[in-house]
Amino acid sequence: MNTLTRMLLGRLGGLLLTLLLASIVIYSAVLLTGDPIAALAGGAKPTPELIAEIRAEYHLDDPVWQRYWEWLTGAIQGDFGRSFVYKTAVTTLVAPRFAITLQLVLLTVVLILVFGVGSGILAATRGRAVDRAVATATSLGMALPTFVVAILLIWIFAKSLGWFPVYGEGDGVWDRLWHLVLPAISLAVLFIAYISRVTRSALVAQLHSEHVDTAKVRGIPRRRVFGAHVFRNASPQILAIAGTTIAGLFAASAIAEVAFGLGGIGSLLVQAAARADLPVVQIVSLLLVTIFVVLNAAADLVSALIDPTSVEGGALA
Amino acid sequence: MSVAQIAQGAVPAGARRAAKRDWTFVVALAVLAVVVIVAVAGPWLAPYDPYELYVGPVNSAPSAAHLFGADDLGRDILSRVLVGAGASVFAPVVVVLLSTLLGVGLALAAAWFGGWVSGGIARLVDVIFAIPGLVIAVLAVTLFGKGLVAPVVALAIAYVPVVGRLTRTAASRELGKPYIAALRVQGVSSLAICFRHLVPAMIPIVAAQMAVGFGYAMLDLAAISFLGLGQQPPAPDWGSMISSGQASILAGAPEQSIFPAILVVVTVLAVGIVGARVTVWAEEKER
Repeated sequence: MNTLTRMLLGRLGGLLLTLLLASIVIYSAVLLTGDPIAALAGGAKPTPELIAEIRAEYHLDDPVWQRYWEWLTGAIQGDFGRSFVYKTAVTTLVAPRFAITLQLVLLTVVLILVFGVGSGILAATRGRAVDRAVATATSLGMALPTFVVAILLIWIFAKSLGWFPVYGEGDGVWDRLWHLVLPAISLAVLFIAYISRVTRSALVAQLHSEHVDTAKVRGIPRRRVFGAHVFRNASPQILAIAGTTIAGLFAASAIAEVAFGLGGIGSLLVQAAARADLPVVQIVSLLLVTIFVVLNAAADLVSALIDPTSVEGGALA
Repeated sequence: MSVAQIAQGAVPAGARRAAKRDWTFVVALAVLAVVVIVAVAGPWLAPYDPYELYVGPVNSAPSAAHLFGADDLGRDILSRVLVGAGASVFAPVVVVLLSTLLGVGLALAAAWFGGWVSGGIARLVDVIFAIPGLVIAVLAVTLFGKGLVAPVVALAIAYVPVVGRLTRTAASRELGKPYIAALRVQGVSSLAICFRHLVPAMIPIVAAQMAVGFGYAMLDLAAISFLGLGQQPPAPDWGSMISSGQASILAGAPEQSIFPAILVVVTVLAVGIVGARVTVWAEEKER
């Protein structure tokens, strides 16, 4: 078994264990409140019928580990239980909303990679003036959270100029895209600044390394040195951090969704929390944690494939 | 260079350079001083009762009587911003203090006991790290109700992995230094080494981490209030004011959202500059 396979198996095992433990935390957190029936009923008034219904639905007379196991195996098979607030199966709530969140995150990722990595490359290669301009812009960008950018965009581009819609997700491909532009920008700004810094920092570290000097001295064209040595060697580090950032977007998306009235899983999570709808919150949390952990692991894997030396120490240490 | 180093070096790169220029640091400190004074004395500085309805014209622009204008219910925005500063500033302070206490405690326990205790703590920290902070906060709000208490405790727990890992690394590095070995050879007890030498040596690094953490905590808590899960109306706080002002923006009166948003951004920028300075100071001490 080579190093990479062993690393993969080890990672997979660790990933499954982390997910299992996280699911236990998410499920058993309700025990901290002392009254699971009130928590499960959410905003609904706990009439004797409802209490009986909840007892039956959640098998509250069974031992807790058995309930947990049924919840988990159900969730894996796509049975997410029932919401007592929405009076419907959680699956029917989550499925259509997930598509909207996914589209928003994808558009945001495109913005982050194009403008974040792009401006990072410019800052590292186009001289002091550009470097300083990008540094100033990213300093400001890193202090601009999604909710601030969102209200600025709503004020300027939706209200004053009227270029973009303020609310909702639209119908059809182009209308949907048009509705997602402002939310995606609001979500992307802070991370564009961050990825720009990371890219610049990783590239500068490579530009000052001996093998790059050697390549230049040997007369290899600048463009080729940059592609084959500088960018290639910097990319695992950039990817690892971009991966973590993208993994976090699915949760952070809630803020943009609420600000722009998009019906994604983020806004579903927030509404469910506000109405104390525990079954919905548990499933959406489990979903977000799974996405977060899997994407983080995927980013590590891609880094390892580009730069196998990072398996020992380096990016994975 | 490891990913962690790049991530760490990347965050304050520009701010690090800015921190070297003294006037930026002085301005940032002055801004923070004003913010702290406002957070403490806000209720006494406020020209109007922040809860009183229709003290000014609904959704009005800044005027001599209402310097920041009046909101959708005719309340004085300046008064609400001043009174709201308390919750907006002190809640993140509590998050940072709690997470530092928990993180440093766990890191010291792991370094002290080693073995399975250390392994168990590492696993626990991994699991917390796997759940995004916002999700922990939302889960806490679902179980314990809306308001600032549940999100503050939840975020403190969410920040433990970062604080813990940093402290653990710094502690191991410090313990590897020759002077610690010299102390051990001289027969100084482990407890004395820990509290007389290790803990004082780590204060600069922990302080730098706390300054950086405050900025994140402020943004996260403002976001949670923006989502309607933190500070509950009518009590003011910058995050919830930004969100409740959204309807007024569409009515052509952005003041209710814009002023608290500016304050959040300015405070976070100032904290970032001061934090970068403290980090530089901690790194210089390290050498």
